[in-house]
Amino acid sequence: MEVLVYLVPMALTLGLLGLGAFLWSLRSGQYDDLEGAAWRAILDDDPGPEAGNQELDVR
Amino acid sequence: MNEVRDLTHFVQWDGGRARLELAVDGITCAGCMARIEAGLAAVPAVTRARVNLTDRRVAVEWAGGKADPARVVDRLSELGFKAYPFEPARAEAEEAEAAASLLRRLGVAAFAAMNIMLLSVAVWSGNVTDITPEQRDFFHWLSALIALPAAAYAGQPFFRSAIRALTAGSLNMDVPITLGVLLALAMSVFETLGHAEHAYFDSAIMLIAFLLAGRYLDRNMRRRTRAFAGNLAALRAETAVKFVGNEIREVPIESIEAGDLVLVRPGERIAVDGIVADGRSDVDQSLITGETAHVGVATGAAVYAGTLNVTGTLQVRVSTAAAGTLIDEIKRLLDRAVEARSHYVRLADRAARLYAPVVHATALATLVGWLAAGATWHDAIVTAIAVLIITCPCALGLAVPAVQVVASGALFRAGVLLNAGDAIERLASVDTVLFDKTGTLTLPEPEVVNAAGLSPPLLALAGRLALASRHPLAAAIAAAAGAKAPLAGATEEPGQGVSASLDGIALKLGRPSFCGAGREADAAANVDPETSLIGFAHGEERYVFAVRQRLRPDAEAIVGRLRRAGLAVEILSGDRAEAAAPVARRLGIESWRAAMTPAEKIGRIAALKAQGRRVLMVGDGLNDAPSLAAADVSLSPVTAVHLSQATADAVFLGERLAPVAAALAIAAKARRVMRANLWLAAAYNFVAVPLAIVGFASPLVAALAMSGSSLLVTANALRARRVPAEAA
Repeated sequence: MEVLVYLVPMALTLGLLGLGAFLWSLRSGQYDDLEGAAWRAILDDDPGPEAGNQELDVR
Repeated sequence: MNEVRDLTHFVQWDGGRARLELAVDGITCAGCMARIEAGLAAVPAVTRARVNLTDRRVAVEWAGGKADPARVVDRLSELGFKAYPFEPARAEAEEAEAAASLLRRLGVAAFAAMNIMLLSVAVWSGNVTDITPEQRDFFHWLSALIALPAAAYAGQPFFRSAIRALTAGSLNMDVPITLGVLLALAMSVFETLGHAEHAYFDSAIMLIAFLLAGRYLDRNMRRRTRAFAGNLAALRAETAVKFVGNEIREVPIESIEAGDLVLVRPGERIAVDGIVADGRSDVDQSLITGETAHVGVATGAAVYAGTLNVTGTLQVRVSTAAAGTLIDEIKRLLDRAVEARSHYVRLADRAARLYAPVVHATALATLVGWLAAGATWHDAIVTAIAVLIITCPCALGLAVPAVQVVASGALFRAGVLLNAGDAIERLASVDTVLFDKTGTLTLPEPEVVNAAGLSPPLLALAGRLALASRHPLAAAIAAAAGAKAPLAGATEEPGQGVSASLDGIALKLGRPSFCGAGREADAAANVDPETSLIGFAHGEERYVFAVRQRLRPDAEAIVGRLRRAGLAVEILSGDRAEAAAPVARRLGIESWRAAMTPAEKIGRIAALKAQGRRVLMVGDGLNDAPSLAAADVSLSPVTAVHLSQATADAVFLGERLAPVAAALAIAAKARRVMRANLWLAAAYNFVAVPLAIVGFASPLVAALAMSGSSLLVTANALRARRVPAEAA
């Protein structure tokens, strides 16, 4: 059972890391706009020339 | 006249940076989001523009003083979006903070529950195999190390609420929760000290996690409805044109003070209470009194916020609402109605009031019973505490919020936005529906009824001419003709009409006398005295448009459906009897009252409530606001005046009346599911409590029972999504 000596601290550390990541994501506003976040993932970061044209068309 | 728009009132300063929040109409998709952000980033000095798709808002930041807020709004309208500056309400910020705090605690509790469960599984399997007492104690102490701080932090909302209830001398759901959690933790520490087999750290922390999930769902729904209500308020926030020296300037209504001089042009809504300083006009007070006939005003007359200036330009000196005015009377009635609003006890609270004494009595009986049967004090107390833990209302805490989240989603899809968290439960018990007439049963904007009598090319011309006018009835003609571009070179003669000439032919649109169509107008007035008439002249041709308030397209069907569902339907109108009677006849409503003052409407509602009826009031006018507050539950169309919208429990969107019926159907279904959930939670107790009383409630049984029943009520809540086909 000596294995507990490093397994238990490891489990706790990993758990705390997860909790820390969650609290960080909460603080940085990642849950403020769940719908928008879903779409942002598939949007182009850098609107190419076509996107520019589309914008002109709209106007 | 081209006035300066002054939006600085809405800008929040943070050091050298300025920040503006806007509610934006028409963000429907991800493409809009990208276009707005890219479009705003191109504005000089703007450092950050971020769209929130959930709340339909945009936050813009720029380096101090360099960009004009009006420019941001202009840029958005160039992109095709209407934006309305926004003053985040304090209540909304508090709601958001509370939701975030619950989510944080939920994260901590869930982390602790998962880790402790990991240790507990090891103990449970070790107990039936070869765990040594030293190893078990080590695992238990490790569990305590995680559970105690986590419970102290994550359990605070329950502890505080329980203390509040106890100091007020009452019981709520949080009292048995707090007692259960604290006793479970204390007993587990004590048992661990005594090298016992069982500890309940996992149960206590899992209970907190499940309950926090329920609380968070509930709170987040409220935060979302509040955000939408805030958007509606911003979309309808009125501005006024104020004289500053010789200049005029468009400012938000919040920055107007008593004594300011305000310009109101024909076709604009008067945004303030005041006295006419100069000018002469007709005013449409239908939003205030429900009466559709116009009232003439001149210098020295009082005008009220919410009324529509129809014919002439007015200069209004702003007054604080003097005692005895119409608005003052309505506000006074409203305050009293809000105060008198019977305090509705929510389903979950009623369940808790029954529940807490029963649970505590059972635990006490278990203790006494085991002592009487000759058990040791230690064993009797452990068993009694196990009863308290296992009865802890885990499923009960999720039963109602889970249904509420599902039902409010269904309502949202049906076009109903909730203002009040407990509106669903109150809607479900309605048996009487009272409708206001103007703007509720009828559409808020008048419509042309005889456009088909004019040839399409002439109708198109009339429509384009109408676009050149600011008169509200002209908008009806433009809409009937589907006109897009105003006729060039049209001149408006205030109070008379517009005229233009096209290819040498004179065109006129306005009062029948102005167009030389008096004879045709008299003939039309004899046929239907309720309509407003607008003359149109094209060379020698004359035509008279009849414009009137039209019923919502599905009003007859919906009223019929409500009556078939066994609801009593009545009309309470502030309009004249001659205007209300035909509407009531057409809808087949026998019980209608006309020319009612706000006080009389409240009187009628009070009389119905005294008969034991549950009243739903549907209304939009300022004169309806007190009755909206007095009724058991109330709905407003989105076109309602601000005060009514804020008072109503829910707001419905669109031209149709269908959301009213859908809201009632969804609420009824939701309450059935809530009741079923409460019974499920009770049934779980009927099974689990006897096990606990006889001492079989090991931590493993408690964990299985808790998560099983919570999953069951959550799955059952999903049934609230489906409503009967007729109502959807």
